[in-house]
Amino acid sequence: MIGDLTLLCPELVLILTIVLLFFADFFLGARKKGVYPALASLGLAGMMIANLQVSPLPPSHFFSGMVTHDAMAGFFRYLFGGGALLAILLSQRSSEVERVDLPSYYTLLTALTLGMSLLAISNHLLMLYLSLEFVSVISYILTGSVGGSRRSSEAALKYVIYGGVASGIMAYGMSLLYGLTGTMELPEIARFLTSNAVSRPVLFLSILFIMAGIGYKIAAFPFQMWCPDVYEGAPTPFTAFLSVGPKAAGFAILIRFFLTALAAEGETGFVDIKVAGWPEMIAILSVATMTLGNLAAIGQTNLKRLLAYSSIAHAGYLLMGFAALNDEALRAILFYLVVYVIMNLGAFLVVIIVANQLRVEDLSSYAGLGRRGGLGTFLALAMTIFLFSLTGIPPFAGFIGKFYLFGALIRSGLYGLAIIGVLNSVVSLYYYVRVVKVMFFEEPPDARLIPMPILRHSVAVFLLAFLTVYLGLSWNGLAEVAGRSSGLFF
Amino acid sequence: MFPVLSFITFFPLLGAAVILLLPRDKGPRIRWTALAAVTPPLLAAIRIFFSFDRAAEQLQFVEGPIAWIPAFNIQYFMGIDGLSVPMVLLTALVSFIAVIASWGIDKHLKAYFALFLLLDTGMMGVFCALDFFLFYVFWEVMLLPMYFLIGIWGGPRREYAAIKFFLYTLLGSVLMLLVMLAFYFYGNSFSLVTLADQTRHLGPLSDPTFRRLCWMGLFICFAIKVPIVPFHTWLPDAHVEAPTPISVILAAVLLKMGTYGILRICYPLLPDATNHYAELIAVIGMISIVYGALCAMAQKDFKKLIAYSSVSHMGFCLLGMASMTPEGMNGAVLQMFNHGIITSMLFLIVGVVYDRAHHRDLNGFGGLAHPMPRYATITSLAFFAALGLPGLSGFVSEVLCFMGGFKTFRLYTVISATSVVITAAYMLWTFQRIFLGRLNERYTAISEINGREMLTLVPLGVIVVVLGIYPRFMLDLMNLSLSSLSSAVSLWKVAGL
Repeated sequence: MIGDLTLLCPELVLILTIVLLFFADFFLGARKKGVYPALASLGLAGMMIANLQVSPLPPSHFFSGMVTHDAMAGFFRYLFGGGALLAILLSQRSSEVERVDLPSYYTLLTALTLGMSLLAISNHLLMLYLSLEFVSVISYILTGSVGGSRRSSEAALKYVIYGGVASGIMAYGMSLLYGLTGTMELPEIARFLTSNAVSRPVLFLSILFIMAGIGYKIAAFPFQMWCPDVYEGAPTPFTAFLSVGPKAAGFAILIRFFLTALAAEGETGFVDIKVAGWPEMIAILSVATMTLGNLAAIGQTNLKRLLAYSSIAHAGYLLMGFAALNDEALRAILFYLVVYVIMNLGAFLVVIIVANQLRVEDLSSYAGLGRRGGLGTFLALAMTIFLFSLTGIPPFAGFIGKFYLFGALIRSGLYGLAIIGVLNSVVSLYYYVRVVKVMFFEEPPDARLIPMPILRHSVAVFLLAFLTVYLGLSWNGLAEVAGRSSGLFF
Repeated sequence: MFPVLSFITFFPLLGAAVILLLPRDKGPRIRWTALAAVTPPLLAAIRIFFSFDRAAEQLQFVEGPIAWIPAFNIQYFMGIDGLSVPMVLLTALVSFIAVIASWGIDKHLKAYFALFLLLDTGMMGVFCALDFFLFYVFWEVMLLPMYFLIGIWGGPRREYAAIKFFLYTLLGSVLMLLVMLAFYFYGNSFSLVTLADQTRHLGPLSDPTFRRLCWMGLFICFAIKVPIVPFHTWLPDAHVEAPTPISVILAAVLLKMGTYGILRICYPLLPDATNHYAELIAVIGMISIVYGALCAMAQKDFKKLIAYSSVSHMGFCLLGMASMTPEGMNGAVLQMFNHGIITSMLFLIVGVVYDRAHHRDLNGFGGLAHPMPRYATITSLAFFAALGLPGLSGFVSEVLCFMGGFKTFRLYTVISATSVVITAAYMLWTFQRIFLGRLNERYTAISEINGREMLTLVPLGVIVVVLGIYPRFMLDLMNLSLSSLSSAVSLWKVAGL
């Protein structure tokens, strides 16, 4: 049991941090604003250090099979920790976050990271459901946390309603699966399915229902409706985190659930144990998701909504990669998630800076940003890098990510899906470039310079842009890390 | 050995970095820096031209392969053969000329030249890369600066033209991306040299249907760039809206990437499919030749007319290469070079008159030969080269393409040959409308072509004359590489595969 606790060290560090944040709130209140982000950052850094310590330990299931320790879990903890640290940085001096109760904002952000981390290590349907709800509930609160903002409250309410429906459907799917197999442990489900006959339609139905919950977290079709409203209404720094963190966590559990419970290793990759048809379902969902995301993004004029639809499209690309079901695909998804976190947070950071300095987030207010000189040009250039990277154009990291995803598809012979994927990339160019066009081709409405944001933000924009280019030219290290981390423990 | 190919590829990029560090109000210094960034590559390219071993069949000036991304077997691998040398020389020369032609640009100078030099790096890289992945990266890198160059410095409809160019090209290149991945997974390499070894193609790549699909993907990608009818509609827009130096680059170098890609990738990597589709290439070539010429004839805008003449002239390359004969192949590559030179002249000529009259309506001139005699002379040289007058370079390559084409595809060649008349008609008619007749009263005070403009046109004119009289200068260079390529591809026809 004590050994089990060792493996859970990273989560324990987060829990400790949350408790400390509570105490700090109790004793210091809102007077010392700087304490909370510092404490939360320290906790997240501590979590990553603990993760470094436990990573070399051999993979195992622990707590009576409720959770797993394996390479992929370690990978996702780093990703969540890094993403949350960036989110804290993004939240500094944000005009929206200033209106939130600061101590609880940072406490909830840390708790959200804990929830995502638990989701990534779940090995049991109950654990999966509970951590998914954990992540959702905290997301609802954070979305609605801007005091006195109708937009924020409305977004939170929509989020709750959609979320409630999705998780209800998911719970029903889980009960079906439990009824079929008599177990809730993911590896046991696989074992039962290999050796026993079950009704295939019922199995498919249960998978479809469970996919509702997961699809809702990653904003896949047909559970993407909440996404633009919530992204628009939530405080922007949190939106940024929402677009990468919970989405990555959703993919963590997607991979774990399908590959542990419903797949067996075949010659060239993973195969559907009972031929229940879920890989086809994933493929169809991916096509619908990316096409819908990209087409809907074309008409957007609010940058946060545009990025929301773009994030839906990216979920589609990732799902498409997952449909390839081979080792290449796992590596590609992990690689892409890292790159996606970097470029998407980068794009959001620019939006946040512009929103802080000019108080607008409408596309038309970006007119001539690149021609204002000084900071404006710098931001516009960085934004251009992020957007071209999101499109998937070399020499930026996003291209390498897509390169791996399409590679996985070609490897599995899914040529049709690959062609739909690349055509989607072409469509996405249109709306990403529209932003670039507005920033560089149009005249600025006035000649005023953009006031300098805090130094930390400028440095962060520069670093993220640098990483986006650097990983586009020299990504061997990251590819190796992703390759090593794609090991799942069954 | 001095890595001369990396030097000519990345030296302009270095220049771009220096320009970005210069203060934005130092116009002259930025221009001279840009010129300093394109001159050494031109000198190096001329040196390569003279020191290239014409009797050796293998690749020369090879650099690498150096492992770049070992996890995916991607290499930094550069080298040139008789097919690439003319293109490298063309790129270096046209970039140099285009910088001089850009002297008059005064809007956002710093950004303009930085992007221009980045574009130069991308173009040069495409012609030197021997690793498929590297080729792809250069191919795409070129898109970004081109988008901005058209979109910021272009004409009234620049935004539309820029996005159209970008979307069309990206559509093609994503198809290339998929085929590239297929080659990696079933041919286990990105090296274009290794992949030419057909015994390495395994799995689906040994299936003829799949190979034809791959060929089609690549071909569409390159066809968009050439451009081939019906993928040509981006060309008139982009060429017309782009500023003069960029139109020059577009027509002279970017279009060649399409035909170069077909010869560099489709031919050696998929020889069987190339044979299968040879007739298709010839037919498309024929359509481009005739249709392009007819469209050109119908234009009232001077620049658009030149743009459509490019569609027509690039068709000759296709007809020549489809024939798989040594004459046709040599003709195709020589035509690529010659068209690059001639069309550069034509676009520069349009620029000269546009800068003075601020319009390009062919019916709005008349009698300009009187106030601008030197301009009329150099224009007539370019026009006669474009319509294929014997003694000028365009004639040689067109005849070679026809000779090759006639051996293999008699009917298509005969139909294509009618374009000679059409081309002569629209070229002469254009000349007449601009230079002959009564002088348009609005232009009695129009100034004669100036020294800088002559400086850009005269070197090109000299090349046109020299290559018209002594084409072996160029032909010797490519002959060996191209004959071995055509015989390697033809071998697959004999084998009946």
